[in-house]
Amino acid sequence: MTRIFEPFQYGFMIEALLVAALIGAVCAVLSCYLVLEGWSLMGDAISHAVLPGIVLAYIVGAPLALGAFLSGLVCAGSTGWIKTHSRVKEDTVMGIVFTGLFALGLVMFSRVQTDVHLNHILFGSLLGIERSDMIQATVTASIALCVMLALRKDLLLYCFDQNHAKVVGMNTTFLHYLLLSVLSATIVAALQAVGIILTVAMLITPGCIAYLISDRFDRMLLIAVISAVFSALVGTYVSYFLDGATGSCIVLTQALLFVLAMVLAPKHGLLAARRIARASPVTVDLP
Amino acid sequence: MDHIAQGIDLVVQDVTVAYNNGHVALHDASFSLNPGTICALVGVNGSGKSTLFKAIMGFVRPVRGTVRIAGDPVKAAHKKNWVAYVPQSEDVDWSFPVSVWDVVLMGRYGYMNFLRIPGAQDKRLAMESLERVKMTEFKDRQIGELSGGQKKRVFLARALAQQGRIILLDEPFTGVDFKTEGAIIALLRELRDDGHIILVSTHNLGTVPEFCDQVVMINRTVLAFGPTETTFTEENLALAFGGALRHLRLDHTDVPGAERNELVVLTDDEGALVVGAGGRLERRKARNDDQKAGSEP
Ligand SMILES: Nc1ncnc2c1ncn2[C@@H]1O[C@H](COP(=O)(O)OP(=O)(O)OP(=O)(O)O)[C@@H](O)[C@H]1O
Ligand SMILES: [Mg+2]
Repeated sequence: MTRIFEPFQYGFMIEALLVAALIGAVCAVLSCYLVLEGWSLMGDAISHAVLPGIVLAYIVGAPLALGAFLSGLVCAGSTGWIKTHSRVKEDTVMGIVFTGLFALGLVMFSRVQTDVHLNHILFGSLLGIERSDMIQATVTASIALCVMLALRKDLLLYCFDQNHAKVVGMNTTFLHYLLLSVLSATIVAALQAVGIILTVAMLITPGCIAYLISDRFDRMLLIAVISAVFSALVGTYVSYFLDGATGSCIVLTQALLFVLAMVLAPKHGLLAARRIARASPVTVDLP
Repeated sequence: MDHIAQGIDLVVQDVTVAYNNGHVALHDASFSLNPGTICALVGVNGSGKSTLFKAIMGFVRPVRGTVRIAGDPVKAAHKKNWVAYVPQSEDVDWSFPVSVWDVVLMGRYGYMNFLRIPGAQDKRLAMESLERVKMTEFKDRQIGELSGGQKKRVFLARALAQQGRIILLDEPFTGVDFKTEGAIIALLRELRDDGHIILVSTHNLGTVPEFCDQVVMINRTVLAFGPTETTFTEENLALAFGGALRHLRLDHTDVPGAERNELVVLTDDEGALVVGAGGRLERRKARNDDQKAGSEP
Protein backbone atom coordinates (compact mmCIF):
# COMPACT_ATOMS: atom_id res chain seq x y z
CA MET A 1 0.00 0.00 0.00
CA THR A 2 2.75 2.45 0.92
CA ARG A 3 4.38 1.66 -2.44
CA ILE A 4 1.61 3.62 -4.11
CA PHE A 5 2.52 6.84 -2.33
CA GLU A 6 6.25 6.23 -2.37
CA PRO A 7 6.98 8.44 -5.43
CA PHE A 8 5.50 11.47 -3.71
CA GLN A 9 8.09 11.34 -0.94
CA TYR A 10 10.82 12.44 -3.30
CA GLY A 11 11.42 16.03 -4.28
CA PHE A 12 12.71 15.04 -7.70
CA MET A 13 9.48 13.14 -8.42
CA ILE A 14 7.28 16.06 -7.44
CA GLU A 15 9.37 18.33 -9.66
CA ALA A 16 9.25 15.86 -12.52
CA LEU A 17 5.49 15.59 -12.21
CA LEU A 18 5.06 19.37 -12.25
CA VAL A 19 7.38 19.91 -15.21
CA ALA A 20 5.79 17.06 -17.14
CA ALA A 21 2.36 18.57 -16.53
CA LEU A 22 3.49 22.02 -17.70
CA ILE A 23 5.15 20.66 -20.82
CA GLY A 24 2.09 18.54 -21.50
CA ALA A 25 -0.16 21.57 -21.25
CA VAL A 26 1.95 23.67 -23.63
CA CYS A 27 2.20 20.89 -26.18
CA ALA A 28 -1.54 20.34 -25.90
CA VAL A 29 -2.39 23.96 -26.72
CA LEU A 30 -0.03 23.94 -29.66
CA SER A 31 -1.29 20.58 -30.86
CA CYS A 32 -4.77 22.00 -31.37
CA TYR A 33 -3.35 24.45 -33.92
CA LEU A 34 -1.08 21.88 -35.54
CA VAL A 35 -3.92 19.44 -36.05
CA LEU A 36 -6.17 22.11 -37.56
CA GLU A 37 -3.45 23.63 -39.73
CA GLY A 38 -2.29 20.19 -40.92
CA TRP A 39 1.18 20.70 -39.52
CA SER A 40 1.65 17.31 -37.86
CA LEU A 41 4.50 16.41 -40.16
CA MET A 42 6.05 19.81 -39.55
CA GLY A 43 6.10 18.97 -35.83
CA ASP A 44 7.77 15.65 -36.55
CA ALA A 45 10.28 17.27 -38.87
CA ILE A 46 11.32 20.08 -36.58
CA SER A 47 11.56 17.82 -33.55
CA HIS A 48 14.12 15.65 -35.37
CA ALA A 49 15.89 18.55 -37.03
CA VAL A 50 16.86 20.17 -33.73
CA LEU A 51 19.57 17.59 -33.05
CA PRO A 52 22.46 19.24 -34.94
CA GLY A 53 21.58 22.54 -33.24
CA ILE A 54 21.74 20.92 -29.83
CA VAL A 55 25.13 19.35 -30.53
CA LEU A 56 26.49 22.59 -31.95
CA ALA A 57 25.24 24.57 -28.97
CA TYR A 58 26.92 22.05 -26.70
CA ILE A 59 30.22 22.48 -28.53
CA VAL A 60 30.22 26.27 -28.34
CA GLY A 61 28.75 26.30 -24.86
CA ALA A 62 25.53 28.11 -25.75
CA PRO A 63 22.19 27.15 -24.18
CA LEU A 64 20.99 23.94 -25.84
CA ALA A 65 17.55 25.48 -26.23
CA LEU A 66 18.95 28.24 -28.42
CA GLY A 67 20.71 25.78 -30.73
CA ALA A 68 17.61 23.63 -30.99
CA PHE A 69 15.48 26.64 -31.73
CA LEU A 70 17.74 27.88 -34.51
CA SER A 71 18.08 24.54 -36.24
CA GLY A 72 14.32 24.11 -36.04
CA LEU A 73 13.95 27.36 -37.93
CA VAL A 74 16.60 26.26 -40.43
CA CYS A 75 14.55 23.14 -41.07
CA ALA A 76 11.32 25.07 -41.62
CA GLY A 77 13.03 27.74 -43.68
CA SER A 78 14.88 25.40 -45.99
CA THR A 79 11.78 23.28 -46.48
CA GLY A 80 9.89 26.35 -47.61
CA TRP A 81 12.70 27.48 -49.87
CA ILE A 82 13.18 24.10 -51.58
CA LYS A 83 9.43 23.76 -52.07
CA THR A 84 9.11 27.06 -53.91
CA HIS A 85 12.24 26.43 -55.98
CA SER A 86 11.59 22.88 -57.12
CA ARG A 87 8.70 20.76 -58.27
CA VAL A 88 8.83 18.43 -55.27
CA LYS A 89 5.86 18.45 -52.90
CA GLU A 90 6.20 19.90 -49.43
CA ASP A 91 5.83 16.69 -47.41
CA THR A 92 8.49 15.01 -49.51
CA VAL A 93 10.89 17.92 -49.11
CA MET A 94 10.26 17.91 -45.40
CA GLY A 95 11.02 14.21 -45.17
CA ILE A 96 14.37 14.75 -46.85
CA VAL A 97 15.30 17.87 -44.91
CA PHE A 98 14.54 16.55 -41.45
CA THR A 99 16.09 13.13 -41.88
CA GLY A 100 19.15 14.84 -43.36
CA LEU A 101 19.46 17.22 -40.43
CA PHE A 102 18.84 14.41 -37.96
CA ALA A 103 21.55 12.30 -39.57
CA LEU A 104 23.89 15.29 -39.49
CA GLY A 105 23.16 15.64 -35.79
CA LEU A 106 23.96 11.95 -35.17
CA VAL A 107 27.23 12.22 -37.06
CA MET A 108 28.21 15.36 -35.16
CA PHE A 109 27.26 13.69 -31.93
CA SER A 110 29.49 10.71 -32.58
CA ARG A 111 32.45 13.06 -33.15
CA VAL A 112 32.23 15.01 -29.89
CA GLN A 113 32.84 13.81 -26.37
CA THR A 114 29.87 14.82 -24.23
CA ASP A 115 28.62 14.01 -20.81
CA VAL A 116 25.10 14.12 -22.20
CA HIS A 117 23.86 10.69 -23.10
CA LEU A 118 22.51 10.38 -26.57
CA ASN A 119 19.75 8.30 -25.06
CA HIS A 120 18.65 11.23 -22.94
CA ILE A 121 18.23 13.40 -25.99
CA LEU A 122 16.55 10.73 -28.03
CA PHE A 123 14.22 9.45 -25.35
CA GLY A 124 14.10 12.15 -22.66
CA SER A 125 15.10 11.76 -19.03
CA LEU A 126 12.71 13.61 -16.84
CA LEU A 127 13.66 11.62 -13.76
CA GLY A 128 17.35 12.29 -14.12
CA ILE A 129 17.25 15.81 -15.47
CA GLU A 130 19.73 18.53 -14.48
CA ARG A 131 18.38 21.45 -12.55
CA SER A 132 19.45 24.00 -15.20
CA ASP A 133 17.78 21.99 -17.96
CA MET A 134 14.61 21.83 -15.97
CA ILE A 135 14.60 25.58 -15.47
CA GLN A 136 15.30 26.12 -19.14
CA ALA A 137 12.40 23.85 -20.13
CA THR A 138 10.08 25.54 -17.67
CA VAL A 139 10.90 29.04 -18.86
CA THR A 140 10.66 28.13 -22.55
CA ALA A 141 7.36 26.33 -22.05
CA SER A 142 5.88 29.21 -20.05
CA ILE A 143 6.79 31.77 -22.69
CA ALA A 144 5.34 29.63 -25.46
CA LEU A 145 2.16 29.12 -23.47
CA CYS A 146 1.70 32.84 -22.79
CA VAL A 147 2.26 33.78 -26.42
CA MET A 148 -0.22 31.19 -27.66
CA LEU A 149 -2.90 32.11 -25.16
CA ALA A 150 -2.57 35.83 -25.87
CA LEU A 151 -2.77 35.33 -29.62
CA ARG A 152 -5.05 32.32 -29.66
CA LYS A 153 -7.78 33.99 -31.68
CA ASP A 154 -5.37 35.38 -34.26
CA LEU A 155 -3.77 31.98 -34.64
CA LEU A 156 -7.18 30.38 -34.94
CA LEU A 157 -8.21 32.73 -37.72
CA TYR A 158 -4.84 32.17 -39.37
CA CYS A 159 -5.49 28.42 -39.41
CA PHE A 160 -9.10 28.81 -40.51
CA ASP A 161 -9.01 31.47 -43.22
CA GLN A 162 -5.73 33.18 -44.03
CA ASN A 163 -7.32 35.28 -46.73
CA HIS A 164 -9.82 36.81 -44.37
CA ALA A 165 -7.04 37.35 -41.85
CA LYS A 166 -5.15 39.38 -44.46
CA VAL A 167 -8.20 41.38 -45.50
CA VAL A 168 -8.88 42.51 -41.95
CA GLY A 169 -5.33 43.79 -41.78
CA MET A 170 -3.61 40.99 -39.88
CA ASN A 171 0.01 40.21 -40.68
CA THR A 172 -0.17 36.56 -41.70
CA THR A 173 3.54 36.28 -42.48
CA PHE A 174 4.22 37.32 -38.92
CA LEU A 175 1.71 34.77 -37.61
CA HIS A 176 3.28 32.05 -39.74
CA TYR A 177 6.73 32.64 -38.31
CA LEU A 178 5.32 33.12 -34.86
CA LEU A 179 3.68 29.71 -35.01
CA LEU A 180 6.94 28.22 -36.28
CA SER A 181 8.90 29.85 -33.47
CA VAL A 182 6.45 28.71 -30.84
CA LEU A 183 6.65 25.23 -32.32
CA SER A 184 10.44 25.20 -32.11
CA ALA A 185 10.40 26.55 -28.58
CA THR A 186 7.83 24.01 -27.46
CA ILE A 187 9.82 21.19 -28.99
CA VAL A 188 12.86 22.32 -27.05
CA ALA A 189 10.87 22.03 -23.86
CA ALA A 190 9.23 18.76 -24.84
CA LEU A 191 12.59 17.15 -25.58
CA GLN A 192 13.34 17.16 -21.85
CA ALA A 193 10.26 15.16 -21.13
CA VAL A 194 9.95 12.67 -23.93
CA GLY A 195 13.00 13.07 -26.16
CA ILE A 196 13.35 13.72 -29.87
CA ILE A 197 11.74 10.52 -31.10
CA LEU A 198 8.47 10.83 -29.20
CA THR A 199 8.03 14.60 -29.13
CA VAL A 200 5.76 14.51 -32.13
CA ALA A 201 3.26 12.45 -30.13
CA MET A 202 2.99 15.22 -27.55
CA LEU A 203 2.46 17.65 -30.41
CA ILE A 204 -0.44 15.91 -32.10
CA THR A 205 -2.18 13.37 -29.89
CA PRO A 206 -3.86 15.75 -27.40
CA GLY A 207 -5.18 17.95 -30.22
CA CYS A 208 -6.45 14.87 -32.02
CA ILE A 209 -8.21 13.57 -28.93
CA ALA A 210 -9.85 16.94 -28.41
CA TYR A 211 -10.82 17.24 -32.08
CA LEU A 212 -12.65 13.93 -31.84
CA ILE A 213 -14.53 14.98 -28.74
CA SER A 214 -15.48 18.59 -29.40
CA ASP A 215 -16.30 20.79 -32.33
CA ARG A 216 -15.77 24.11 -30.57
CA PHE A 217 -12.25 25.45 -30.39
CA ASP A 218 -12.27 26.68 -26.80
CA ARG A 219 -13.56 23.35 -25.54
CA MET A 220 -11.01 21.62 -27.74
CA LEU A 221 -8.21 23.55 -26.02
CA LEU A 222 -9.53 22.59 -22.63
CA ILE A 223 -9.91 18.90 -23.46
CA ALA A 224 -6.46 18.76 -25.05
CA VAL A 225 -4.85 20.33 -21.98
CA ILE A 226 -6.71 18.08 -19.56
CA SER A 227 -5.84 14.91 -21.44
CA ALA A 228 -2.21 15.93 -21.85
CA VAL A 229 -1.74 16.89 -18.21
CA PHE A 230 -3.44 13.68 -17.11
CA SER A 231 -1.18 11.62 -19.38
CA ALA A 232 1.91 13.48 -18.19
CA LEU A 233 1.08 12.83 -14.54
CA VAL A 234 0.09 9.20 -15.00
CA GLY A 235 3.04 8.47 -17.29
CA THR A 236 5.58 10.02 -14.98
CA TYR A 237 4.08 8.31 -11.97
CA VAL A 238 4.05 4.89 -13.57
CA SER A 239 7.58 5.31 -14.86
CA TYR A 240 8.82 5.61 -11.30
CA PHE A 241 8.00 1.96 -10.83
CA LEU A 242 9.61 1.03 -14.13
CA ASP A 243 12.76 2.93 -13.27
CA GLY A 244 12.69 5.09 -16.36
CA ALA A 245 11.07 5.27 -19.79
CA THR A 246 9.11 8.30 -18.58
CA GLY A 247 8.54 9.66 -22.07
CA SER A 248 7.29 6.35 -23.37
CA CYS A 249 4.86 6.01 -20.47
CA ILE A 250 3.46 9.49 -21.12
CA VAL A 251 3.05 8.87 -24.82
CA LEU A 252 1.53 5.46 -24.21
CA THR A 253 -1.07 6.96 -21.87
CA GLN A 254 -1.93 9.52 -24.54
CA ALA A 255 -2.31 6.80 -27.13
CA LEU A 256 -4.69 4.91 -24.86
CA LEU A 257 -6.74 8.06 -24.30
CA PHE A 258 -6.86 8.52 -28.07
CA VAL A 259 -8.27 5.04 -28.52
CA LEU A 260 -10.85 5.73 -25.82
CA ALA A 261 -11.84 9.00 -27.49
CA MET A 262 -12.03 7.32 -30.85
CA VAL A 263 -14.50 4.77 -29.50
CA LEU A 264 -16.45 6.85 -27.00
CA ALA A 265 -16.52 10.41 -28.38
CA PRO A 266 -20.09 11.72 -28.07
CA LYS A 267 -20.56 12.85 -31.66
CA HIS A 268 -17.70 11.61 -33.79
CA GLY A 269 -16.89 8.36 -31.96
CA LEU A 270 -17.37 4.85 -33.33
CA LEU A 271 -20.11 3.99 -30.83
CA ALA A 272 -21.94 7.24 -31.50
CA ALA A 273 -21.83 6.55 -35.22
CA ARG A 274 -23.25 3.09 -34.66
CA ARG A 275 -25.94 4.45 -32.34
CA ILE A 276 -26.99 7.03 -34.90
CA ALA A 277 -27.02 4.45 -37.66
CA ARG A 278 -29.24 2.19 -35.57
CA ALA A 279 -31.58 4.96 -34.45
CA SER A 280 -32.40 5.99 -38.01
CA PRO A 281 -31.79 3.05 -40.32
CA VAL A 282 -33.48 4.57 -43.35
CA THR A 283 -32.13 8.10 -43.18
CA VAL A 284 -30.31 9.03 -46.31
CA ASP A 285 -28.20 12.15 -46.13
CA LEU A 286 -29.30 14.19 -49.08
CA PRO A 287 -27.16 17.19 -49.95
CA MET B 1 -26.71 48.41 -40.31
CA ASP B 2 -28.39 51.62 -41.20
CA HIS B 3 -25.22 53.39 -42.12
CA ILE B 4 -24.64 54.40 -45.71
CA ALA B 5 -21.21 53.45 -46.90
CA GLN B 6 -19.18 56.50 -47.76
CA GLY B 7 -18.36 56.69 -51.40
CA ILE B 8 -15.08 54.98 -52.09
CA ASP B 9 -14.03 53.78 -55.48
CA LEU B 10 -11.98 50.91 -56.82
CA VAL B 11 -9.50 51.55 -59.57
CA VAL B 12 -7.64 48.71 -61.24
CA GLN B 13 -5.05 50.12 -63.61
CA ASP B 14 -2.86 48.19 -66.05
CA VAL B 15 -2.53 45.33 -63.62
CA THR B 16 -0.22 42.53 -64.71
CA VAL B 17 0.13 39.51 -62.46
CA ALA B 18 2.68 36.75 -62.90
CA TYR B 19 2.88 33.72 -60.65
CA ASN B 20 6.13 32.28 -59.30
CA ASN B 21 6.25 29.71 -62.09
CA GLY B 22 6.41 32.56 -64.60
CA HIS B 23 2.84 32.16 -65.82
CA VAL B 24 1.32 35.56 -66.58
CA ALA B 25 -2.26 35.06 -65.42
CA LEU B 26 -3.37 38.60 -66.10
CA HIS B 27 -1.91 41.44 -68.12
CA ASP B 28 -2.78 45.13 -68.47
CA ALA B 29 -6.15 44.73 -66.81
CA SER B 30 -7.93 48.03 -66.23
CA PHE B 31 -11.36 49.00 -65.02
CA SER B 32 -12.83 51.14 -62.29
CA LEU B 33 -15.95 50.96 -60.18
CA ASN B 34 -17.83 53.71 -58.40
CA PRO B 35 -19.83 53.25 -55.20
CA GLY B 36 -23.23 51.61 -55.45
CA THR B 37 -22.76 49.02 -58.14
CA ILE B 38 -22.94 45.29 -58.62
CA CYS B 39 -20.36 44.17 -61.12
CA ALA B 40 -20.06 40.69 -62.56
CA LEU B 41 -16.72 39.15 -63.39
CA VAL B 42 -17.08 36.52 -66.10
CA GLY B 43 -14.64 34.42 -68.06
CA VAL B 44 -13.65 30.85 -68.75
CA ASN B 45 -11.87 28.62 -66.23
CA GLY B 46 -8.36 29.87 -65.81
CA SER B 47 -9.12 33.28 -67.29
CA GLY B 48 -7.82 34.99 -64.17
CA LYS B 49 -10.93 35.80 -62.16
CA SER B 50 -9.56 34.52 -58.89
CA THR B 51 -6.23 36.09 -59.75
CA LEU B 52 -7.89 39.47 -60.17
CA PHE B 53 -9.54 39.00 -56.78
CA LYS B 54 -6.19 38.15 -55.28
CA ALA B 55 -4.72 41.32 -56.74
CA ILE B 56 -7.54 43.42 -55.31
CA MET B 57 -7.09 41.76 -51.94
CA GLY B 58 -3.35 42.26 -52.10
CA PHE B 59 -2.45 38.54 -51.96
CA VAL B 60 -0.43 38.75 -55.12
CA ARG B 61 1.66 41.77 -55.95
CA PRO B 62 1.18 42.95 -59.53
CA VAL B 63 4.45 43.07 -61.47
CA ARG B 64 3.03 46.15 -63.16
CA GLY B 65 0.09 48.44 -62.57
CA THR B 66 -1.79 49.37 -59.42
CA VAL B 67 -4.95 48.64 -57.53
CA ARG B 68 -6.23 51.65 -55.59
CA ILE B 69 -9.12 51.81 -53.21
CA ALA B 70 -10.31 55.35 -52.57
CA GLY B 71 -6.87 56.39 -53.74
CA ASP B 72 -5.11 54.19 -51.18
CA PRO B 73 -3.03 51.11 -51.90
CA VAL B 74 -4.72 47.86 -50.86
CA LYS B 75 -2.70 47.36 -47.67
CA ALA B 76 -3.94 50.66 -46.30
CA ALA B 77 -7.49 49.77 -47.33
CA HIS B 78 -7.26 46.52 -45.36
CA LYS B 79 -6.30 48.39 -42.22
CA LYS B 80 -9.56 50.31 -42.59
CA ASN B 81 -11.52 47.10 -43.14
CA TRP B 82 -12.73 48.31 -46.50
CA VAL B 83 -12.47 45.05 -48.36
CA ALA B 84 -14.60 42.06 -47.39
CA TYR B 85 -14.31 38.72 -49.04
CA VAL B 86 -16.66 35.77 -49.34
CA PRO B 87 -14.56 32.70 -50.19
CA GLN B 88 -15.34 29.96 -52.64
CA SER B 89 -16.92 27.04 -50.79
CA GLU B 90 -14.12 24.70 -51.78
CA ASP B 91 -11.63 26.95 -50.02
CA VAL B 92 -13.20 26.50 -46.58
CA ASP B 93 -12.43 23.67 -44.16
CA TRP B 94 -15.98 22.84 -43.11
CA SER B 95 -14.93 20.46 -40.35
CA PHE B 96 -13.12 23.28 -38.55
CA PRO B 97 -14.28 23.52 -34.91
CA VAL B 98 -15.97 26.91 -35.09
CA SER B 99 -19.62 27.87 -34.83
CA VAL B 100 -21.61 30.17 -37.09
CA TRP B 101 -21.36 32.83 -34.42
CA ASP B 102 -17.57 32.48 -34.21
CA VAL B 103 -17.28 32.96 -37.96
CA VAL B 104 -19.45 36.06 -38.03
CA LEU B 105 -17.46 37.56 -35.15
CA MET B 106 -14.31 37.03 -37.20
CA GLY B 107 -15.66 39.80 -39.40
CA ARG B 108 -15.11 42.14 -36.46
CA TYR B 109 -11.50 41.15 -35.71
CA GLY B 110 -10.12 44.16 -37.53
CA TYR B 111 -11.95 46.44 -35.09
CA MET B 112 -11.02 44.59 -31.91
CA ASN B 113 -7.95 45.03 -29.71
CA PHE B 114 -5.09 42.57 -29.96
CA LEU B 115 -6.71 40.01 -27.67
CA ARG B 116 -9.74 40.06 -30.01
CA ILE B 117 -12.29 40.33 -27.25
CA PRO B 118 -15.62 41.33 -28.79
CA GLY B 119 -17.26 44.43 -27.35
CA ALA B 120 -20.97 45.22 -27.20
CA GLN B 121 -20.84 46.95 -30.58
CA ASP B 122 -19.14 43.94 -32.19
CA LYS B 123 -21.75 41.57 -30.83
CA ARG B 124 -24.60 43.81 -31.89
CA LEU B 125 -23.33 44.11 -35.45
CA ALA B 126 -22.67 40.38 -35.66
CA MET B 127 -26.20 39.70 -34.45
CA GLU B 128 -27.71 42.15 -36.93
CA SER B 129 -25.72 40.60 -39.75
CA LEU B 130 -27.00 37.14 -38.83
CA GLU B 131 -30.55 38.45 -38.78
CA ARG B 132 -30.07 40.05 -42.14
CA VAL B 133 -29.13 36.75 -43.78
CA LYS B 134 -31.80 34.97 -41.71
CA MET B 135 -29.35 32.67 -39.97
CA THR B 136 -29.99 33.66 -36.35
CA GLU B 137 -31.45 30.29 -35.42
CA PHE B 138 -28.29 28.52 -36.60
CA LYS B 139 -26.03 30.71 -34.49
CA ASP B 140 -24.56 27.88 -32.42
CA ARG B 141 -24.20 25.28 -35.15
CA GLN B 142 -20.80 24.04 -36.18
CA ILE B 143 -20.28 25.40 -39.69
CA GLY B 144 -20.12 21.97 -41.32
CA GLU B 145 -23.65 21.18 -40.16
CA LEU B 146 -25.27 23.56 -42.63
CA SER B 147 -26.60 23.28 -46.15
CA GLY B 148 -24.72 24.80 -49.08
CA GLY B 149 -26.88 27.90 -49.17
CA GLN B 150 -26.72 28.39 -45.41
CA LYS B 151 -22.94 28.14 -45.53
CA LYS B 152 -22.83 30.90 -48.12
CA ARG B 153 -25.05 33.09 -45.98
CA VAL B 154 -22.79 32.69 -42.96
CA PHE B 155 -19.83 34.09 -44.87
CA LEU B 156 -22.00 36.81 -46.29
CA ALA B 157 -22.94 37.70 -42.72
CA ARG B 158 -19.26 37.86 -41.87
CA ALA B 159 -18.73 40.35 -44.68
CA LEU B 160 -21.68 42.39 -43.42
CA ALA B 161 -20.33 42.39 -39.88
CA GLN B 162 -17.02 43.58 -41.23
CA GLN B 163 -18.79 46.56 -42.78
CA GLY B 164 -16.59 46.33 -45.84
CA ARG B 165 -17.24 48.87 -48.56
CA ILE B 166 -16.05 46.57 -51.30
CA ILE B 167 -17.41 43.05 -51.15
CA LEU B 168 -15.81 40.37 -53.28
CA LEU B 169 -17.73 37.16 -53.86
CA ASP B 170 -16.00 34.28 -55.60
CA GLU B 171 -18.65 32.10 -57.26
CA PRO B 172 -21.37 32.69 -54.68
CA PHE B 173 -24.00 30.68 -56.53
CA THR B 174 -22.37 27.30 -56.83
CA GLY B 175 -24.27 24.73 -54.81
CA VAL B 176 -27.04 27.16 -54.02
CA ASP B 177 -30.67 26.55 -54.93
CA PHE B 178 -32.84 28.95 -56.88
CA LYS B 179 -34.55 30.37 -53.81
CA THR B 180 -31.37 31.06 -51.86
CA GLU B 181 -29.82 32.49 -54.98
CA GLY B 182 -32.74 34.92 -55.06
CA ALA B 183 -32.25 35.79 -51.40
CA ILE B 184 -28.54 36.43 -51.90
CA ILE B 185 -29.27 38.60 -54.92
CA ALA B 186 -31.85 40.59 -52.94
CA LEU B 187 -29.26 41.16 -50.22
CA LEU B 188 -26.62 42.23 -52.71
CA ARG B 189 -29.07 44.74 -54.16
CA GLU B 190 -29.68 46.20 -50.71
CA LEU B 191 -25.95 46.53 -50.20
CA ARG B 192 -25.57 48.18 -53.56
CA ASP B 193 -28.25 50.68 -52.59
CA ASP B 194 -26.27 51.36 -49.41
CA GLY B 195 -23.36 52.42 -51.61
CA HIS B 196 -21.23 49.27 -51.54
CA ILE B 197 -19.22 48.03 -54.46
CA ILE B 198 -20.03 44.38 -55.10
CA LEU B 199 -17.79 42.36 -57.37
CA VAL B 200 -19.06 38.87 -58.15
CA SER B 201 -17.27 36.21 -60.13
CA THR B 202 -19.72 33.76 -61.62
CA HIS B 203 -20.24 31.08 -64.22
CA ASN B 204 -23.95 31.54 -63.91
CA LEU B 205 -24.41 33.69 -67.00
CA GLY B 206 -28.19 33.57 -66.79
CA THR B 207 -28.36 35.61 -63.60
CA VAL B 208 -25.90 38.30 -64.69
CA PRO B 209 -28.36 40.57 -66.56
CA GLU B 210 -30.82 40.02 -63.76
CA PHE B 211 -28.86 41.70 -60.99
CA CYS B 212 -25.57 43.09 -62.25
CA ASP B 213 -25.25 46.73 -63.24
CA GLN B 214 -21.84 46.31 -64.80
CA VAL B 215 -19.79 43.52 -66.28
CA VAL B 216 -16.08 42.87 -66.56
CA MET B 217 -15.26 40.16 -69.07
CA ILE B 218 -11.83 38.71 -68.78
CA ASN B 219 -9.58 36.26 -70.44
CA ARG B 220 -6.09 36.96 -69.15
CA THR B 221 -6.89 40.63 -69.64
CA VAL B 222 -10.03 42.75 -69.53
CA LEU B 223 -11.78 42.11 -72.85
CA ALA B 224 -14.77 44.29 -72.21
CA PHE B 225 -16.02 46.44 -69.37
CA GLY B 226 -19.17 48.52 -69.07
CA PRO B 227 -22.87 48.56 -68.22
CA THR B 228 -24.55 45.18 -68.55
CA GLU B 229 -26.97 46.29 -71.29
CA THR B 230 -24.24 47.36 -73.66
CA THR B 231 -21.42 45.04 -72.64
CA PHE B 232 -23.07 41.72 -71.88
CA THR B 233 -23.81 40.95 -75.49
CA GLU B 234 -23.65 37.83 -77.56
CA GLU B 235 -20.59 39.11 -79.46
CA ASN B 236 -18.65 39.94 -76.29
CA LEU B 237 -19.58 36.62 -74.76
CA ALA B 238 -18.37 34.83 -77.83
CA LEU B 239 -15.15 36.82 -77.53
CA ALA B 240 -14.70 35.97 -73.86
CA PHE B 241 -15.67 32.34 -74.02
CA GLY B 242 -14.84 31.34 -77.56
CA GLY B 243 -15.51 27.66 -77.95
CA ALA B 244 -16.02 27.11 -74.25
CA LEU B 245 -19.62 28.21 -74.46
CA ARG B 246 -22.46 25.90 -75.32
CA HIS B 247 -24.49 27.67 -77.90
CA LEU B 248 -27.96 26.48 -78.81
CA ARG B 249 -30.24 28.21 -81.27
CA LEU B 250 -33.86 27.21 -80.85
CA ASP B 251 -36.99 28.10 -82.74
CA HIS B 252 -38.90 29.15 -79.67
CA THR B 253 -39.46 32.08 -77.33
CA ASP B 254 -40.72 32.44 -73.76
CA VAL B 255 -41.87 35.98 -74.27
CA PRO B 256 -45.48 36.12 -75.41
CA GLY B 257 -46.08 38.42 -78.35
CA ALA B 258 -42.51 38.40 -79.55
CA GLU B 259 -42.39 39.05 -83.25
CA ARG B 260 -39.79 36.38 -84.01
CA ASN B 261 -39.51 32.92 -82.60
CA GLU B 262 -35.82 32.68 -82.02
CA LEU B 263 -34.00 31.80 -78.87
CA VAL B 264 -30.30 31.50 -78.26
CA VAL B 265 -29.15 29.65 -75.17
CA LEU B 266 -25.63 30.51 -74.05
CA THR B 267 -24.22 28.48 -71.23
CA ASP B 268 -20.83 28.10 -69.62
CA ASP B 269 -21.47 25.35 -67.12
CA GLU B 270 -24.13 26.74 -64.87
CA GLY B 271 -27.21 28.92 -65.36
CA ALA B 272 -27.79 29.64 -69.01
CA LEU B 273 -28.16 33.01 -70.62
CA VAL B 274 -31.16 33.10 -72.89
CA VAL B 275 -31.16 35.62 -75.67
CA GLY B 276 -34.25 36.23 -77.77
CA ALA B 277 -34.51 37.62 -81.26
CA GLY B 278 -32.45 40.73 -81.90
CA GLY B 279 -30.37 40.26 -78.76
CA ARG B 280 -33.32 40.87 -76.40
CA LEU B 281 -32.60 39.30 -73.01
CA GLU B 282 -35.26 36.88 -71.90
CA ARG B 283 -35.19 37.38 -68.18
CA ARG B 284 -36.44 34.80 -65.84
CA LYS B 285 -39.69 36.25 -64.59
CA ALA B 286 -40.16 33.26 -62.37
CA ARG B 287 -37.86 34.53 -59.66
CA ASN B 288 -39.89 37.58 -58.76
CA ASP B 289 -43.12 35.60 -58.60
CA ASP B 290 -41.36 33.01 -56.55
CA GLN B 291 -40.19 35.53 -54.04
CA LYS B 292 -43.55 37.07 -53.58
CA ALA B 293 -44.97 33.66 -52.85
CA GLY B 294 -42.35 32.30 -50.47
CA SER B 295 -41.06 34.30 -47.53
CA GLU B 296 -38.14 32.22 -46.21
CA PRO B 297 -35.18 32.21 -48.56
N1 LIG C 1 -0.72 29.84 -57.37
C1 LIG C 1 -0.59 29.76 -58.71
N2 LIG C 1 0.61 29.49 -59.25
C2 LIG C 1 0.76 29.42 -60.59
N3 LIG C 1 -0.23 29.60 -61.48
C3 LIG C 1 -1.46 29.86 -61.00
C4 LIG C 1 -1.70 29.95 -59.60
N4 LIG C 1 -3.01 30.22 -59.40
C5 LIG C 1 -3.56 30.29 -60.64
N5 LIG C 1 -2.63 30.09 -61.60
C6 LIG C 1 -2.86 30.11 -63.04
O1 LIG C 1 -3.34 31.39 -63.40
C7 LIG C 1 -4.39 31.28 -64.33
C8 LIG C 1 -5.63 32.00 -63.82
O2 LIG C 1 -6.12 31.31 -62.71
P1 LIG C 1 -7.39 31.80 -61.88
O3 LIG C 1 -7.47 30.97 -60.65
O4 LIG C 1 -7.31 33.27 -61.71
O5 LIG C 1 -8.58 31.42 -62.87
P2 LIG C 1 -10.14 31.62 -62.68
O6 LIG C 1 -10.59 32.56 -63.72
O7 LIG C 1 -10.47 31.95 -61.28
O8 LIG C 1 -10.68 30.17 -63.05
P3 LIG C 1 -11.95 29.36 -62.45
O9 LIG C 1 -13.13 29.76 -63.27
O10 LIG C 1 -11.57 27.94 -62.75
O11 LIG C 1 -12.08 29.65 -61.01
C9 LIG C 1 -4.60 29.80 -64.58
O12 LIG C 1 -3.99 29.48 -65.80
C10 LIG C 1 -3.92 29.12 -63.44
O13 LIG C 1 -3.34 27.92 -63.85
MG1 LIG D 1 -11.55 30.93 -59.58
